[in-house]
Parts: sequence; structure tokens; C-alpha cells
Amino acid sequence: MYATNYHRASSLKDAQALFKKADDGKFVSGGQTLLPTMKQRLAAPSDLIDLRHVKDLKGIKVSGKKVTIGAATTHAEVATNEKLAKACPAIASLASHIGDPAVRHMGTIGGSIANNDPAADYPAAMMALDATIHTNKRQISADKFFKGMFETALKDGEIITAVEFSAPKKAAYSKYPNPASRYAMCGVFVADHGKGDVRVAVTGAGNDGVFRHKAMEKALAADWSPEAVASAKVNEDDMLSDIHGNEAYRANLVRVMAKRAVAAAG
Amino acid sequence: MGVEGIGARVLRKEDQRFITGKGKYTDDFKIAGMHHAVFVRSPYAHAKIKKIGKSKAEKMPGVVAVLDGKQLTGDGIGNIICGWMIHSKDGSPMNMGAWSALATEFVRYVGDGVAVVIADTLENARAAAEAVDVSYQELPHVIEATEALKKGAPQLHPEAKNNLIYDWEIGEKAATDSAIAGAAHVTEMEITNNRLVPNAMEPRAALANYDVAEDHFTLYTTSQNPHVARLVLSAFYQVAPEHKLRVIAPDVGGGFGSKIYIYPEEIVCLWASKRTGVPVKWTGERTESFLTDAHGRDHVTKAKMGFDKNGKIVGFSVDTVANLGAYMSLFSSSVPTYLYATLLSGQYNIANIHCNVRTVYTNTAPVDAYRGAGRPEATYVVERMMETAAREMGMEPAELRRRNFVKAFPHQTPVIMCYDAGDYNATLDAALKAADYDGFAKRKASAARKGKLRGMGLSCYIEACGIAPSAAVGSLGAGVGLWESAEVRVNPVGTVEILTGSHSHGQGHETTFTQLVSERFGLPTDNVQIVHGDTDKVQFGMGTYGSRSGAVGMSAIVKALDKVEGKAKKIAAHLLEADEGDIVIENGEVKVAGTDKKLGWHEVCLAAYTGHNLPEGMEPGLKEGAFYDPTNFTFPAGAYVCEVEVDPETGKTEVIQFVAADDFGTIINPMIVEGQVHGGITQGLGQAMLENAVYDDNGQLLTASYMDYAMPRADDVPSYKLSTHETVCPGNPLGMKGCGEAGAIGSPPALINAITDAIGNNNLAMPATPARVWSAING
Repeated sequence: MYATNYHRASSLKDAQALFKKADDGKFVSGGQTLLPTMKQRLAAPSDLIDLRHVKDLKGIKVSGKKVTIGAATTHAEVATNEKLAKACPAIASLASHIGDPAVRHMGTIGGSIANNDPAADYPAAMMALDATIHTNKRQISADKFFKGMFETALKDGEIITAVEFSAPKKAAYSKYPNPASRYAMCGVFVADHGKGDVRVAVTGAGNDGVFRHKAMEKALAADWSPEAVASAKVNEDDMLSDIHGNEAYRANLVRVMAKRAVAAAG
Repeated sequence: MGVEGIGARVLRKEDQRFITGKGKYTDDFKIAGMHHAVFVRSPYAHAKIKKIGKSKAEKMPGVVAVLDGKQLTGDGIGNIICGWMIHSKDGSPMNMGAWSALATEFVRYVGDGVAVVIADTLENARAAAEAVDVSYQELPHVIEATEALKKGAPQLHPEAKNNLIYDWEIGEKAATDSAIAGAAHVTEMEITNNRLVPNAMEPRAALANYDVAEDHFTLYTTSQNPHVARLVLSAFYQVAPEHKLRVIAPDVGGGFGSKIYIYPEEIVCLWASKRTGVPVKWTGERTESFLTDAHGRDHVTKAKMGFDKNGKIVGFSVDTVANLGAYMSLFSSSVPTYLYATLLSGQYNIANIHCNVRTVYTNTAPVDAYRGAGRPEATYVVERMMETAAREMGMEPAELRRRNFVKAFPHQTPVIMCYDAGDYNATLDAALKAADYDGFAKRKASAARKGKLRGMGLSCYIEACGIAPSAAVGSLGAGVGLWESAEVRVNPVGTVEILTGSHSHGQGHETTFTQLVSERFGLPTDNVQIVHGDTDKVQFGMGTYGSRSGAVGMSAIVKALDKVEGKAKKIAAHLLEADEGDIVIENGEVKVAGTDKKLGWHEVCLAAYTGHNLPEGMEPGLKEGAFYDPTNFTFPAGAYVCEVEVDPETGKTEVIQFVAADDFGTIINPMIVEGQVHGGITQGLGQAMLENAVYDDNGQLLTASYMDYAMPRADDVPSYKLSTHETVCPGNPLGMKGCGEAGAIGSPPALINAITDAIGNNNLAMPATPARVWSAING
């Protein structure tokens, strides 16, 4: 790691001021991707501005169907929040399977979606839950927020403050972990929002990051059953291929994980 | 004798410091004025070094030197050697290319050292290393061994035409071919043994100090054999004279073979310390471990096994190409030859065996011994062949093995080895019983109802440990003898220090070795201290690898204990006015048998040191040393049964049960043996379903971190069912065979046999990743 200046922001305002002052500042909120990257000297921000201790960014609120999760909420908090577990057990379960306990107690939902790792779990949940990403400047729908691998709609200096979504009728996430990294080789989040509004989002498998599988959504809207997605067409040209599995294997995983997610959602 | 003697489950003495984080490893040592070394490494698989621009780096803060290969060779530092001479079948010696600790003209793999920066802090050294401006002219490269042999392949070393290091054979080709030609059934397979990265928990490290006032060098290093390191560093690399070099291998966090060898970094740190006048420390980063630790395995084999109509093997023909990487590491030449082909008889009575081995240079990390070293490769070939042949002939895999088992000992194989003792039916019976072999069909049917594919696979392995009679290995080309030394120092108060040439880097010697003293004199193990890993303390030793510390290292201790016991009895007989033959030592007391006359052990020891009343002519003191040279290899063997359930939708394999029935001869500490078997099996299952070192088309190591190199974790493996079945090894005083590598040797074929049984497709290469298994299921 190159030497860097660490700042613990006390408020959103403080964070923005620190960012402005820095030569090449970077927000950090758990650092579960950024810090390993810095240790490998692949990233070298002059200043790290830690958002994880900003009070306004923390906490989970459930009021009726509306769920709001502060950006600096850790995966462990999402995994264990009782109200959230009742409102949307799928996202609590997803959070409980991210990384290992150390990762879950450091990593945050805001950090994860801002990074938009193509194998991260949360982006699939955000898309399938039709979440709204709140920033210090605006609100962005998940569909518009995620833009390919490691790219988002965030502008320079823009900070995610919270994510908000409406609890679905039913939902589930099924993940097939990479044997080495245990990131998702394929993760499929399915959500039934009622009235034919079904969303299926896939992480890990696509060659351009998280995506929605519209054909599966249509099939499930007509018939919410594992069989409805079992033989869905998954375009192999859109799949990743690497030493852990080729396009055909990943396309298969998309179908199998979708099927299992639907079965798990009940 | 006693609760802490042979066979007792004594808790590991060393664990107190290891599990409380108090172990002291090379990187924990600091010397006043210490500087840090950071290596500049080749980003290319193969290139000519055009220029090394050092001026910018040299001016950076804290930098005392930027050194390169020309300066190193200019100072007379010798090339790195391979210490085992293999001759090709035409009689010519192996074709060894030059390997300088820092490249002088060419780089031959990604990670090859080009220059080193010595600076006051690690940060300054790193920054300066990035500022070293090396310009390269890229050259064509080759990664696969079989490709490297082809006409027109890029050439690595002028000494090795067509990249061929040697073309070696063992056994009778004509007799084997003719036996196979006349066989009732022939099984033929192409078998790949995947390349592995050793992944010791502690990365390699070196701390070198040249003391100008004393004209003396000290090297702390992560070594499995510090004396061999000192010998090679002085005799071959001319870094420092042997008597002016102290090598210390303190706590070492795992080796698995990868820390046997003398690497460029140790040489460079010693040389740089003298040249710059400062102590120099280098601690490898994990990425450097992946790139530059000697890798393991990497064989491609074609095998043919002929059977008569009763399933008796009539001939076995094996043709192997082994990838040795860009340079020949210290023992690399012996692994695919005398540690591999000599085990191709397995547990079976085979009259005709022939094996041809070609070893090849490629633009990859050097390959050398890794847990099992040659024997896992042999076992994998033999046991994949046996299981496949049984399926092809419609026989029970266990029955086919039984028909071919060696049953009478000693048994001379056609490939050098003479098996001394074993009972292969006993271990197979025990394994099948523990695995409930007979209930498998029922379990398979029940799994099928859940949509899962169940399979079962066997592996009956044999291996050769305790390497080995020095004269025998000398005649086969080894550059060193393979005995071991020990010294037993009894203090005046009766406590004992054992100095051993073996080196513990996780094996628990500090516990098991003390159990020998407990057994012999009835002393608590706490009264015994093990001293190892320091060339200033221990006179000489050959170190720890090849499961030799028990069979060879402990035998040396036994010989020294014999001498101590003899002298102690003489002193006691004199003091007690008894006949020497009537003296017995037990429970810390020295007694005259059949009487109540006795002395405390400590009283005899004190008498030895006061010298007031010793038998006439006896020297005072109680300290004895011994060298032990084995009479033969030892032959641990066993039967492993693996049962798996495959999810056909994802290709994911779950190991449902793994049974190991091992014959290790005499066992000193069953708990430590179980730990070795657990680790070994897990490493073997790791190779078989997870681990794979993969270079891409540009020669970059794709699996250079844990993001892509899959190590086995607790939830990848079940709790193992272990048992041991002793046939005592007749070749050493304790009857020990060795247990350190068996698990890694025996387990891979058991798993692959089980998965291929489950999916009904035998065409499956290691590692059997979910993607590969899924592809095999879906054709």
C-alpha cells in the first residue's frame, strides 16, 4: 500500500468538505474491496474519507412496507435486523452469506453498491427489489444506478446515503459461490411485487455486471413456479467465461439458481 | 512406558506458543541497522533484458543499493544447481541450464528476479523498486510441457536442446510391451496431474547479516533443512564459507516441500548484506509466494495396463512428460524419476513395468517436490488405472485389487523398490468395513430419489518414505547422503536436551521426540527440550521432508539414547555395586532388578558430571551423539474410500464420507498422526477438486491470489474416518514408516474414482471443479 491520509468523517457535510480538499480523495465505507486493491498498489488515493461512522448513514427503518437501509449499515446489521427479517427475509439472508464474519462486520451496503463488483450480491437485490438509491444529491432507481462492471451512475464526490425499497410479496436469493473467492459465480434474486410485477436480477454470471432477465420475469409473472424458469433461454454471449466456468456453465447456473430462488421464495 | 511414552496422545508442546501468537518466525527477527530488500521481477514470461535503468531508484530516499545479476555474478556468486544427477537413457547427463540468483541476460518466467533494492524501510524499498526502469525485448514463450517438446517451440536454455532436460527410463520395455500385447484386456488412459502452488501459511523470508568485525555471516531463513542450506550456499554458490556461516531456521510456518530448496532470495540477501554493509531482510508477499515458490506436480502421462483373463496384471507401461518450469530447482530432477516411477508397482505384484519420463523446461515457475513428491503422481496413475480397468472388465474394484496385491514380503518390484512389510488386505478390509461398502447401493438409490448422483471410489496407495540409504541414493545420482544425526545431552540434574538434524515446521517434533525419552527413562516430556534448526547448535542434519523425521530422525535419537542408557547403567552399576546387566531404568529411577536397590535418574546424571566416583577409566559427562543411515526406504500403505454426492444441475461435489485405513508401522503419538492424515487428505482433496495453477496464453499466472486459486476449506471436506493397522517396519529400530504425506498421496484418485463413478463418465481431469463435472455430465 502507498501511504495515504485517513479521515473519519463525522457528518455528511464533513465528508464532502474533506473530499473537496483532497488531491485524489476516495470515500471508503468498509473497504472490503478498496483496501485489498490498495494493498496490491492497484489504487493509490491520496486521502481516504471514511463514511462508516457517519450517524445519518447508519441504521435500518421499516415502516409498513417501506424499508430504508442507511448506506453505512454493515452486512451483519442487515443480516440480523429483526424487523427487516420479517419484512424482507431474502435480503437478510443474502447479507448473511456475504464473505465471512469479518467481512460482514466491516463491509456496508453503500460501499458494496457504490463499488458495483460484477460478482457482488447486493446489486442483484437492489435491481430485483426495484430499490431507489438515495444520494446526497438525488434519488436514482436501481435500474439506472448500475452501469456495467464497477460502474454506477454516481458522479464524482456523490455519496450514497441510503437505499429504499418496498417489501415484496415474496422474494429469495440463490447464490452459487466461486470455489476460490466465494463471491457469486452466479446469484439470482427473484422478487414478486404483486400484480404481475416480477423482477429477476442476476449477478456474477453476466459479462457486463448485474442485469435483469426479462424473459424470466415474464415467465414468472404468468406462472410463479420453478418450472417456469427451468428452461428459460439464457444468452451465452452475455455470460462471463473464465477458468472457473465457461459461458455455457454460467448460463446453466443462471437457470438453476433462478429455479432454486423461486422454489425458496415459495 | 509411562503415560507420555510411545503411543501416548501427548498434547503438542509447541501449540502453546503457536496458538497464542507467540511463535517466532524469520520475519519476527530484527537486527540493529536492518534494511529491507524488495525484488524487481520480470513481468514477462520470456524476454531479453536490454537495460536496467537504476539511476532514478538509486537517488530515492533511504536507498543504499540497487543491485543486479551482473554485479552478483561479477562478485563470484555461483549459479543455482539441481543436486540430483539424472542420466538420460542414452547415458548422457541431464541438460541443466544456468540459473543465476538474479537474471543476467534473459528472464524465463513471470516473477524471475531481475534486480534488488536495498533501502532503510520497506516502503522506501518498494517505492524505489517501482522506479527501477527495466527495458525488455520480449521473446516467444511456452507454458505446456508437451508444447515445449514440439518442433519449433521457443527455446529456453542453450544447454537443453528442444527444452528437453532428460529422456529417462526404468524397467524393461520389450518385456512389458510384449506382455501387454498378449494381454486379455488392456486399459489405456491419458492422465494429467495438475500443477499446484504449495501455499505454506508463512511466506518465504530471509534475514542476512554479515558481521565485518567477525568476518561471519548469519542467515535466518524459512528452511526445512538449514544445514543443507548452509552447505549449498557455501559449496556451490560461494556466498560464504561454511564455517563462517550460521543458518537459523526458527519457527517455520509450513513447508510441504517448498522450503527445502535454496532460493535466489536467500543468496541475494547474504550477498547484498556483505556488499552493502547492512543487515538485509526480505519477506515474501503472498503474490511472490504464488509466483516464485517451487510449484508441484504438472505431469502428463499416457499409460497402458494389460491383464490376463483372471484380472491379473501382466504388464504396465507408462510414458510421462513432466514440466520442471524455467529452471531446475534443487531436487526437481529426482521427483518425476526415482520418487515417481519407482512407485508404479503400487500395492501390486506386477512382473513387467516400464516407464519413460521426459522432463522439460517451460516459461513457468520452477517445479520441485511438494507433499508426496512423485508418489502422488504415481499413485494417481496406478489407482485411476485400476479403477478404470475394473469398470471396463466388469469387476468389483476391490476384488481386482485383491487379486493383484503383493502378499509375501520382502517383495522386489521391477522398479527398484523392495517392499519390506505390509498387509494390504487388512487395510482394504478395514476401509471397506468403515465405509459400509455393502450398504452403498442402498445409499445410491436413496440419493437418486433426491436427484443426486452418488459414487464411491477406492485408492490403495503405497509410498516410499524415510529417504533413504545414503549409498543407494548416491548410486542413483543424489548429491547428498540421506542419513540423520542426533545428540542427546543429559544435564547434571537429569533433564535432557535432544539436538536433532530434523526440522519441525508443523510436524510436532518438540512433542514426539520427547516421547522417546519418556519411553526410555520414564521422565516427563516436560523434562526434555528439543533443539533444532540452528547450524551453530546442531552439528549437522539433513532436515525434514519425505516423511523422514520419524523413520530416520528418530532412529538417530534412538541410537544416541542407546549410548546414553549404556553409560548411565555402567555408572549406576558401579555406584550400586551391582552387575551392569541387572540395571533397569524405569519411571525416572535406576534400579537393580529384583532388589530394592535404586538411585534416582538425576543422581546418576549428577554422578556422571561430578566425576567423583565413576568406573575406572570412564570419561565424565553424559552426552552422546549418533548418525543413523537407513537400511531401506519405508513403505507406508493403506486403503482409502471416498463417497461423494454430485449435484447434476451445478456439478458441485459433496464429499459425503472419506475413510482412511493406514499402515504407518509403529505410531509414537496417535493424535499427531491423525493431524497429519487430516491435513494430507485435505491437501489431496484440494488438488483433486479445487486447486490448479493456471498460466494464461501470455504466461501470466492467472491464479496468483486466493481470488482464483481455490484452497480447500473446512466446509469442503467431511470429518474423516481414520484407522491405523500396524505392520512393523523391519528396517529401523522403532518400526516406523512415516505418515506425513500419505493423505496427500492416497486421496486424489479415491475422489476422482468416486466422482467418475457417480456421473458415469470416466473422462474427468483434476481438479474436478463444478464446471468440469457439469461438463462431463452433460457431455
